[in-house]
Amino acid sequence: MTASIRPEHRADVEYLLRLGDTTLILGQRLGEWCGHAPILEEDIALANVALDLIGQTRAVLTRAGEMEDQGFDEDQLAYLREERDYRNLTMVELPRGDFAFTVLRNLFVSTWLKLHWERLQDSADAELPGIAGKALKEARYHQQHAADWVLRLADGTDESRARIDTALAELARYVPEMFTADAVDAAAEAGKLGPSRAALREAWEAEIASVFGECGLTLPAAGAFVSTGTQGVHTEHLGRILAEMQYLQRAYPGGVW
Amino acid sequence: MCGAEVVDRERAAWRVLETVLDPEVPALSLVDLGIVREVHALEDGLQVVLTPTYSGCPATEVIEQSVVDALAEAGFGPVTVVTRRAPAWTTDWISDDGRRKLREYGIAPPGPVQASEGVAIRIVRKTAAVACPRCGSTNTERLSAFGSTACKSLYRCVACREPFEHFKPI
Repeated sequence: MTASIRPEHRADVEYLLRLGDTTLILGQRLGEWCGHAPILEEDIALANVALDLIGQTRAVLTRAGEMEDQGFDEDQLAYLREERDYRNLTMVELPRGDFAFTVLRNLFVSTWLKLHWERLQDSADAELPGIAGKALKEARYHQQHAADWVLRLADGTDESRARIDTALAELARYVPEMFTADAVDAAAEAGKLGPSRAALREAWEAEIASVFGECGLTLPAAGAFVSTGTQGVHTEHLGRILAEMQYLQRAYPGGVW
Repeated sequence: MCGAEVVDRERAAWRVLETVLDPEVPALSLVDLGIVREVHALEDGLQVVLTPTYSGCPATEVIEQSVVDALAEAGFGPVTVVTRRAPAWTTDWISDDGRRKLREYGIAPPGPVQASEGVAIRIVRKTAAVACPRCGSTNTERLSAFGSTACKSLYRCVACREPFEHFKPI
C-alpha cells in the first residue's frame, strides 16, 4: 500500500484545495450517473459536466501542489490523501440521490463555482486567472443546464415537483457552509489570491432567486447548522467515495495511463 | 541562423501543423481550430505554444503528441510544447476555412461568443438560430446542450428531420 501524503496546512494551499476538492468530488459523483441517467442525452450531459470538473480539478490541484512545495502532483493530491485532508464542500460528497437531487445540487454548486471563477480572473496568483478564465466558460454551461432542469422539474408533474421539494429540503442545510468564511478566506482576500466565501453570498442568492422565482420555489432561511467539509470534518459518505476513487492508486502505486 | 531562415522554418512548421488533424473532430486541423497559438524556431528544434480547448478535454495529450510527432517526422529536430491557458481558448479563434470544413463535415459551426458572455442565467433561452449543415434551414431545435465530445451539442433539423451536431460557442 502506498503511504498517504499530507499537505502542509497553509492558508493558500487550503484555499485551493477547497476549490479543487469540490470540483473533484462533484465530478466523481456525476460520473456515477454514467450508464444510469434517465435518458441518453442526460447520461451524456452529466458525463460531460463531470469531465469538465475533473479537468478543472487537475489544473487547481497542480497549482496547489506547486504552492505547497513538497513536490506533490495532481494525482498524488487527488488519490493519496486521507479523508481528513480533503477540503470539499460537504454538499458535493452527499450520495448522488435521484435526478432532481443531482440537478438541484448542480445548480447550487455550479453557481458557487461560477462566481468564484469570475472573481479569480483577477487573482494576484500567476496561474489562477488563466485557470479561472477557462473554467468560467464551462461553469456557465453547467449552470444553464442545471437551471433548465430545475425549472422543468419544479414546473412539471406533481411527482417531479415533489422530488425537487424533497431535494431542496435535503440540500438547504448544506448551503450555509458555502458562505461561512474563516481565517483561510480572510488570508486569501487579504493576499488577493481570491474572494472570501462570504463575499459571494449576495450574488449567489440573487442568481438562485432568479431561477426559483420562475417556478415558485423559495430558498429556506439558513438555520444554525454549518457543515464542515471545508474544515476537513466530513460526513460518513466521503470515506466511501474515497475508497472507490483511491483503490487503483493504492493497489498499483504510481500507476499511470 | 539568420532572420530569414527563422521565418522560413516557422512558416514551414505552420504548414506541417495545418495537416495535423484534431483527433475528435478530424475535419479540422489544429491550426483551423485555433489551438496552435505560436511557433518559434530555436537554435535546435522548435517550440510550439498550444492553448487547450476544454479543461477536461481527453484529447489534450494526444494533440501534444501528434504535434511533436508530425514536426519530428518533417525533420524539425526536437520539439517542445508549451501549454498556455490565458487568454482562454474561444470558438471565435476557429478560422473561416475551419467553419466551412465543419459545415461540410455535418457539424453546424459556432456563432460569435459575445452573445452568450456575461448573461447570468437565461430563463428564456435566446440562443441565435443554428442553421442545419445539410439543408441550411434555421428551423432547428436543440435536443441537448451536451454532445458526443465536450465541444459539441445535439440538434435536430425540423425542416429535413436530420439530427446534427453543433459546435458550442464558448
